[in-house]
Amino acid sequence: MHHPHHDEHDHHDNHFSPMEARVKALETVLTQKGLIDPAAIDAIVETYETRIGPRNGARVVAKAWSEPDFADWLRRDATAAIASLGYSGRQGEHMRAVFNTPDIHNLVVCTLCSCYPWAVLGLPPVWYKAPPYRSRAVIDPRGVLGEFGVVLPETRKIRVWDSTAELRYIVIPERPEGTEGFTPEALADLVTRDSMIGTGLAKTVGEAA
Amino acid sequence: MNGAQDLGGQHGFGPVAPETNEPLFHADWEKRALGLTLSCGAFGAWTIDESRHARESLPPATYLSASYYEIWTRALEVLLQRHGFVSADELAAGVLLEKSREPKRILTAAMVPSVLAKGAPCDRPATTDPLFTPGQQVRTRNFNPLTHTRLPRYARSKTGIVESVQGSFVFPDENAHGKGENPQWVYTVVFDGEEIWGEGADPSLTVSIDAWESYLEHA
Repeated sequence: MHHPHHDEHDHHDNHFSPMEARVKALETVLTQKGLIDPAAIDAIVETYETRIGPRNGARVVAKAWSEPDFADWLRRDATAAIASLGYSGRQGEHMRAVFNTPDIHNLVVCTLCSCYPWAVLGLPPVWYKAPPYRSRAVIDPRGVLGEFGVVLPETRKIRVWDSTAELRYIVIPERPEGTEGFTPEALADLVTRDSMIGTGLAKTVGEAA
Repeated sequence: MNGAQDLGGQHGFGPVAPETNEPLFHADWEKRALGLTLSCGAFGAWTIDESRHARESLPPATYLSASYYEIWTRALEVLLQRHGFVSADELAAGVLLEKSREPKRILTAAMVPSVLAKGAPCDRPATTDPLFTPGQQVRTRNFNPLTHTRLPRYARSKTGIVESVQGSFVFPDENAHGKGENPQWVYTVVFDGEEIWGEGADPSLTVSIDAWESYLEHA
């Protein structure tokens, strides 16, 4: 079938975007050679679409908020504490948990690539991997936080962690007020992905409602 | 390597612009690019350090104008050709033209859960005691290697405090170039914002890096 012109909705085989065509060529050659199993790619994608994402991290935070012993374990050996909940593996091999307090706010970046704790937060958002965040988080963290709608008191110190080695960071945000007696599930609902990177705060009780 | 990837402190890239309700993938090809990169990584032909170096070695104009999965894909093409799994002609034609090397391992769907769950830990036993202890002042070295390094430019020749010893890990600067794992101690080193950025730095700011031992000198 001949198409007189192209548009965004045209997915005919002859009309791939340059990257679609490039990736398809690569997958085709590697599949023909028997070097890759396309079903393995499906399984990888399905894992990150349905099983590994920021809710894992939210459960870690909720447990840290409600169980002081678990919080201590996270401080001493985050890799083991997080693995006890079943979250381990790729890009979560060596974990560190850093805790926000009324005195200090933690922010995580990888200025050199896009290092990110996949095992607890899933795949990183585009902005985390893109030049504006990677260039500015270390030099202008307050400006970056402002773009996320987070305005901290001038007296609050900011600690930026640049993931330059194989340690992957999760920020434990401050527990919102008025959450005494919340179940772990209700606590986890207050934890956003951005709050575990440090570009956000946990939701207040009012925001969650 | 002082490539386009070494972004810390550069100006001019504009606001962060987070996307509301961002989808996990913005196009189907990104899913395939992720899966291809992980599947080919499972060959065991190169290390994560070599793959990072392949990405940072892309021409700066390409690196800075590409989405992250495009960077991955372009670097994967380089690695596959370098290690004899595909040829430039095959990439151009999009079909098999010649026989290739046999990888150590081919990732099947059945292997995916265990491979992802296992990951690839890169802590290795140390052969020496740590040279530095928490609380000590250290200075980062000043160098500009053409090869891979994980010491960002903004943190070179700067004085900071060793906060903690994180353990002994594969040394990427050598492992990226096939020179072996040669593990070294890694330290979290904290710098005041003013030490790094000088005049006008946010007085409430500290920045830390995780530095391999050979990046550091007594100060």
